[in-house]
Amino acid sequence: MPKQIHLAAHFPGVNNTTVWSDPASGSHIEFESFRRFAQAAERGKFDFLFLAEGLRLREQGGRIYDLDVMGRPDNVAILQALAAVTEHIGLAGTVNSTFNEPLDVARKLATLDHLSGGRAAWNVVTSWDEFTGENFRRGGYLPKDKRYLRAQEMLSTAQALWDSWDADEVLADAASGRFLRHGDAGRFAIRSDQFDISGRFPVPRSPQGRPVIIQAGDSEEGREFAASSADAIFTRHAELEAGQEFYADVKARLAKFGRRPEDLKILPAATFVLGATESEAAENARQVQYQQVGPATAIAFAEQVWNRDLSDVDPDGPVPSFDPKTDDDVDSGGHISKGRASVRMYRDPVATAREWRELGEREGLSLREVVIRKNGRHTFVGTPQRVADTIDEFVQSDASDGFVLVPHITPGGMDPFVDQVVPLLQEKGSFRTEYEGATLREHLGLRPSPTTVAAVSVEA
Amino acid sequence: MTLHLAVALDGTGWHPASWREPGARPGELFTAGFWVDQLREAEAGLLDLVTIEDSFALDSDRADRAQGRLDAQLIALRVGPVTSRIGLVPTVVTTHTEPFHVSTEIATLDYVTTGRAGVRVKVSSRADEYALFGRREYGAESHESLFDEAADHIEVQRRLWDSWEDDAEIRDAATGRFVDRDKLHYIDFAGDHFSVRGPSITPRPPQGQPLVSALAHVDVAYRLAARGADLVFVTPGGVGRAGPTGDAEAILRQVRAEEASVGRQGDPLHVIGDLLVVLDDSADAARERLARLDAADGEELRSDARILTGTVGDVADVLESWHATGLAGARLRPAVTAHDLARITRELVPELQRRGLFRTAYDADTLRGHFGLARPADRYART
Ligand SMILES: Cc1cc2nc3c(=O)[nH]c(=O)nc-3n(C[C@H](O)[C@H](O)[C@H](O)COP(=O)(O)O)c2cc1C
Repeated sequence: MPKQIHLAAHFPGVNNTTVWSDPASGSHIEFESFRRFAQAAERGKFDFLFLAEGLRLREQGGRIYDLDVMGRPDNVAILQALAAVTEHIGLAGTVNSTFNEPLDVARKLATLDHLSGGRAAWNVVTSWDEFTGENFRRGGYLPKDKRYLRAQEMLSTAQALWDSWDADEVLADAASGRFLRHGDAGRFAIRSDQFDISGRFPVPRSPQGRPVIIQAGDSEEGREFAASSADAIFTRHAELEAGQEFYADVKARLAKFGRRPEDLKILPAATFVLGATESEAAENARQVQYQQVGPATAIAFAEQVWNRDLSDVDPDGPVPSFDPKTDDDVDSGGHISKGRASVRMYRDPVATAREWRELGEREGLSLREVVIRKNGRHTFVGTPQRVADTIDEFVQSDASDGFVLVPHITPGGMDPFVDQVVPLLQEKGSFRTEYEGATLREHLGLRPSPTTVAAVSVEA
Repeated sequence: MTLHLAVALDGTGWHPASWREPGARPGELFTAGFWVDQLREAEAGLLDLVTIEDSFALDSDRADRAQGRLDAQLIALRVGPVTSRIGLVPTVVTTHTEPFHVSTEIATLDYVTTGRAGVRVKVSSRADEYALFGRREYGAESHESLFDEAADHIEVQRRLWDSWEDDAEIRDAATGRFVDRDKLHYIDFAGDHFSVRGPSITPRPPQGQPLVSALAHVDVAYRLAARGADLVFVTPGGVGRAGPTGDAEAILRQVRAEEASVGRQGDPLHVIGDLLVVLDDSADAARERLARLDAADGEELRSDARILTGTVGDVADVLESWHATGLAGARLRPAVTAHDLARITRELVPELQRRGLFRTAYDADTLRGHFGLARPADRYART
């Protein structure tokens, strides 16, 4: 049997990948859209549904950024509701480790796991910035260099809480009058750099024991965190060679934590555009790119590089000839764009600007066309057969263990993939034709969670 | 005018021995089916709402009591899609939670149920709950300060719900704008316990303002309700921390006095009386049931709410007298859900209908609608 592909469906996010101007684009907030999207992914036998999170509306130039889709529900909350209208698909929510407390998060995820019959997953993200902190009790209290320390402690604490009840603790035996084996089940005490908590965890062990852990973060620290503690890693490396490099790098880190390569699934984010022929697909892709980068978005993206107001620049004219402003440190909050992780990718804006200018001059492209080239590329473009072949090739050649697919239309964007590509992957024998297990851990081919400790006491 | 009827759900029921009763399904307490069935029963009885109890800490260390709790908000979310009319009101502890998160969670419940969400806020008063969070010291803050914080918590939830005007989403292809940012508002709340900038990440929920409620036994709690809630649950003939709470008339007087003293604007509080019920065909049979339950548990049942042991006729009499006093309705706490919930929906409700005191069909499909509350204008909207 070929190596098995794992697929996740990313509900379209609040960025310009999501096209809202298309006639097919529906509500991004009504439950009906989530229900339709989740049920399509389940029809396609996907491993899990994935939701991203952002805890502050983005800003640019001191004003709320208004060009992209925005407004979303609370992640764990909407996933819990989706558990009522799906049966098999995993339910993965992004939940921040800086602006939450472990008891609360662990309880929520354990509840989601109970009330979905073992389908919960937590994508642990580490946004720590002051801008986001303004919505929370403690503000921007956490220094950047402690973001992964807190994430690591948050996760190990949550895991200790999930492990604090034995699987056979609840007897519920009316005849003998014994509900529990031990009257004080769930007792724990944890003292670490970030936490000093004790008492009893209120939720009995959930079907998966520990919900599935996903990590999204790219730095050295992020990779180590994933290698030590995550079941899946969500990455941006969706090109064959870069993917193979990343895959080898991360998988090689597992041994030192006593883990096997198959204990961590590597799932890059990927977009797709289909067509009946290669040229039709290419034309569709071009149209989507123009929808994703309208004139106003092109200017906004250029402003993120130039770090200044460019409202008087013509998007259909050339790339600006002047250099970006570089005096503000992006991480300290001086940048024109706030609440957006991608600006951190422009490590050297002057060089980026020069690259854009050269590309524009060389190929006679307008600013908007350059932005499209630089930002609007789709991962998979082609006939369903071509896309199925490429995905399978990625997985068989260890560039990934599958993909988190990001469609650009809500809520119907996953339908073409489900109807046209999934059957071809199934024909190859590299994707399931039926759900075989009951839990998300089983869908992902992960080992069961370690069983339990009767009393948990951790000192770090 | 008819009265409002709610049921307070808490695991297998409010009697600690309820889990041992026939039909209690204690082994399913942590499954979706257990809650879905209770909600279907409650909705078949045309109830206004159910509340779902919650606390981060467990109530007991006894192995012979049903222990373990799921997050009440998530229970409400799980049953949301399989119900269509009944209001869902989970309990939320204000002392240890982020108002920003709670606001978006309740807004999400409102989206999932298309307008049936409420929230019951609760102040944490237990040392063991503080230790679970390790962020603040139990007993270091006054009662007044904790209730002020709860009022701020409600205020932040409410401002965030209004922080997107209803027509903020414009999808204007000509200018490329998805929203009109002039219709998104910073809430800039600054208080003693927290500051919150906003706007919400979640658009204004279907009801505009989901229904906010609190349970109150003493002045400071009546004041909290008067400041921020739509609904207050009270305990006529019950006992609070400060002793007996008084009868319905006395409580109502106190609630109205607090409303006046805080200068409450708009709709007055709906005041709902709580009653813990042990129901049977005769008062004697009900008393025997309670005695049997107490014997099984080894302790006499105690409650902040009055315990009514009797027939549905007895309950109807109490509700009728409360109603005459001016209470808006009742929230019943079934001693044994498996037994008493069906007595409420299948016997008490028809009895109240016979007396002309209760609806015979739902006539609204939002929780605010059940209480005759209009969808409020957005506080930030310029007209
Ligand atoms: C593919 C991917 C998806 C991410 N999704 C989110 C998200 O939904 N919400 C969020 O707050 N951060 C998200 N992040 C940010 C990371 O959690 C992390 O905070 C950030 O990448 C900085 O960590 P790093 O320096 O290790 O990359 C994502 C990162 C990646 C690589």
